[in-house]
Amino acid sequence: MPRADYQVVIGLEVHAQLLTTSKLFSGASTSFGGAPNAHTSVVCLGLPGVLPVVNRHAIELAIRAGLALECRIANVSEWSRKHYFYPDLPKGYQVTQYEHPLCLGGRVVFDTPEGEKAVRLTRIHVEEDAGKLVHEGAASLVDLNRAGTPLIEIVSEPELRSADDAVEYLKALRDVLVWVGVNDGNLEEGSFRCDANVSVMKHDATTFGTRCELKNLNSFRFIKQAIEVEAQRHVELLESGGVVEQETRLFDPQRGETRSMRSKEDAHDYRYFPEPDLPPLVLGAGDVDSIREALPELPRARRARYVTSLGLSAYDAQVLTADRAFSDFFERCVAEAHEAKPVANWFMGELSRLLNETNTTVGEVKFSPAQLAALLRAVKDGVISGPGAKEVFAELFATGKDVQVIIDEKGLAQVNDDGPLLLAIEQALAESPKNVESYRGGNTKIVGYFVGQVMKKLGGKGNPKRINELLVEKLKG
Amino acid sequence: MKTLAQAAAALAAGQTSSAALTAACLERAKADPFGAFLTLDEPGALASAQASDARRREGRAVGPLDGVPLSLKDNILTEGVVTTAGSRMLEGFRPPYDATVTARLKAAGAVLLGKTNLDEFGMGSSTENSAFQKTKNPLDPTRTPGGSSGGSAASVAARLCFGSLGTDTGGSIRQPAAFTGLVGLKPSWGRVSRFGVVAYASSLDQVGPLAHTVEDAATLLSAIEGLDPADATSSTAPKTDLSMLRSGVRGLRVGLPKEFFVDGMDPEVAASVRAAAATLVSLGASVEEVSLPHTRYAMATYYVLAPCEASSNLGRYDGVRFGHRTTDPRSLKALYENSRAEGFGPEVKRRIMLGTFALSAGYADAYYRKAQQVRALIRRDYEQVFQRVDVVLSATSPVLPWRLGEKLDDPLAMYLMDVLTLPCNLAGLPGLSLPCGRASNGLPIGAQLLGRPFDEGTVLKTAYALEAALGLQFAPTGGV
Repeated sequence: MPRADYQVVIGLEVHAQLLTTSKLFSGASTSFGGAPNAHTSVVCLGLPGVLPVVNRHAIELAIRAGLALECRIANVSEWSRKHYFYPDLPKGYQVTQYEHPLCLGGRVVFDTPEGEKAVRLTRIHVEEDAGKLVHEGAASLVDLNRAGTPLIEIVSEPELRSADDAVEYLKALRDVLVWVGVNDGNLEEGSFRCDANVSVMKHDATTFGTRCELKNLNSFRFIKQAIEVEAQRHVELLESGGVVEQETRLFDPQRGETRSMRSKEDAHDYRYFPEPDLPPLVLGAGDVDSIREALPELPRARRARYVTSLGLSAYDAQVLTADRAFSDFFERCVAEAHEAKPVANWFMGELSRLLNETNTTVGEVKFSPAQLAALLRAVKDGVISGPGAKEVFAELFATGKDVQVIIDEKGLAQVNDDGPLLLAIEQALAESPKNVESYRGGNTKIVGYFVGQVMKKLGGKGNPKRINELLVEKLKG
Repeated sequence: MKTLAQAAAALAAGQTSSAALTAACLERAKADPFGAFLTLDEPGALASAQASDARRREGRAVGPLDGVPLSLKDNILTEGVVTTAGSRMLEGFRPPYDATVTARLKAAGAVLLGKTNLDEFGMGSSTENSAFQKTKNPLDPTRTPGGSSGGSAASVAARLCFGSLGTDTGGSIRQPAAFTGLVGLKPSWGRVSRFGVVAYASSLDQVGPLAHTVEDAATLLSAIEGLDPADATSSTAPKTDLSMLRSGVRGLRVGLPKEFFVDGMDPEVAASVRAAAATLVSLGASVEEVSLPHTRYAMATYYVLAPCEASSNLGRYDGVRFGHRTTDPRSLKALYENSRAEGFGPEVKRRIMLGTFALSAGYADAYYRKAQQVRALIRRDYEQVFQRVDVVLSATSPVLPWRLGEKLDDPLAMYLMDVLTLPCNLAGLPGLSLPCGRASNGLPIGAQLLGRPFDEGTVLKTAYALEAALGLQFAPTGGV
């Protein structure tokens, strides 16, 4: 952290890849990997004569992101060309949105040790990604598989004041985007990328310091580290009488430092102008409404509801909403079982453990909410014991068989009828007269021994609660 | 046999075959003294001619273009057939796909003979800016056929084919048509797909026909117009109703814009246009003088906006993926600079520099944005005039075809020649040029008709009536 009399000012620009199957302006596939230039078409190669056609699904996802982040969706937005020369940019320009973006305003809400915070967004716009260069010895090779992939750029106001807050902001933002199915949240594959604008100012200052843009931040750890070392660099510069130059800097995770990539003088003049090959993006009357109506309950709202309506702890609510599909399945099970806490216990315990062990997702689960509810009922009604329930659940998870069938097949049904229970009790008492005497002499704890003996005779299937009751009656004689 | 309609009729009547027509056209094209073609696709043309004849034998001929030899300007992509846009930058470039208009002509059964010469990337008014060859005017080989679609115009005027597609960004179909005694139509912006057409200035470019007659031009328009899912700017407007072509001009209101009789205009041209107006009156139309006050800003507006878009559209020619690539660049910068310095000709470089400057930080407001504002005013001029009249009549070019080389050293003088054709592109209107007179030296004089956006029908029927009344015929030198 920088010196106490300085504060760091951070604005973040996040590029999130939209989860479409085809590119923003062509039918080429967006799948990750593949042989170089396999996922390209004449359009993403920028051949002479090609024209862009907007992928409506990408726009729908961008609007969904905007609504989830409380943005205002512009009825009319505009495409622009942003020009620069680089071999991974086939047309010599990127089609993006400049003067009139799709989403305006909005905010990201996140938790910090000091409580809930909200940072406002400037805008969200839609744009195409560039390809990449692969350097092999003296040669640089161009792979355009990623060129034309749809992105949204989410630009925050410079309202963040610490690297920790920046990381929490990003995690919350990623949670929302993944939750609403807009982005896969993968930092390593670059489908969720962040640039940070960092400056420092004294606490009593009224204007921001000069900012630097940090690039190459591909993990939350690096983001925190990069912001902190950059802020420190600014403070040291200022304190030694120097000035901060506005520039773009690259974070070097090996050395844990930032270094200059492009000075202000070398900054591109992007020569933006409206893209003449695309008409303005005009949304129909019902377009936004229908996307809004289909928007799921968002993670923060759902967590709050789990606490207030379902009576779960904040911790449980957090764990249960870490994944949308997991949480949705939980909801369906609660609806079927009519109680939340036991379902929550199964989800956070056995279900999570088994999903982990088998490396499967909740979408692949073989049992239905009704089957889980049947299992809960069997426990509640004393049909099976606690350990028996775990066995049933494991089988249920593995096969999806009917709960009653599993209980029957495994012979897990408890003996609840007094007749056989009493028979076993009589035998047990008869075999240990000394212990009976001991009990009657005041050693009431010995009842546990008898429960064990009775269970043994019943092959472990006796209802322990009823055995206990009957034993006490008998021992008291 | 000269016109497309005549060729179609002869094919339909079985008087000739597509193979025979195509072979004859190819033979003349190979001996062409005017330099119309850059590439002839002899095997491709003969194969489609044979396929057409086979269809016709089986009674499956697909329409008036089936089996008819045509040419395409060399900035219209043809799968597997070299497409250069008249530039060293694309020398030898074989596109992997067809432009939509190419595909539509193929679907209509047309025989595509080859690719015609043009000013590099469509930038010019004389076809002298081609990187490969000069094209001569078939009506007078010492003169320019106009440009940039000069090769297309020459290919039709010299009767090497029965029609051609050109492109028109500021008059590049209409002015060559005027200079070679042809009919040339620039459709409304959005009427014809631009997919697969090498972009010069996207908001101004349109593909359109050059042909001997209005009817032929209409036939070609009909084959290529209409919505294309691959071009987001192509219009959903209904196709042009050709049934009204012969419906006459009685009651038609014709506007004669006073601003189009410019200083320095050839008096023979002005007189011929006024005579054409009188002819329309004699056919039952009314003519009134109208005003398009922002016309005088059209040239400045065009020569800001078109270079801006060109500087952007030509960014892809970087030597990385296709086209000319310099040998042994020592750095990425050298790859870009040398490839582009070697690949582009002087007029293209001039426009890239103009456009880059006009879009650059600190200047974009004064140039690009100001020009967009003026463009809106020019468009509004036409909206207002078209409330009073149905078509606007003027000259296509203020002058007659000039001698080859005459204006080559003076780009500004060359730009001025486009003054009457530019506003149509800026306003997105349909514009047609047809011969309206013969100058004392025998050269054709072109009249331009402009219509409301997507009202090609009225423009075509007016042109049809005028053409019939004037009965002008022009023949190439050498008496082909």
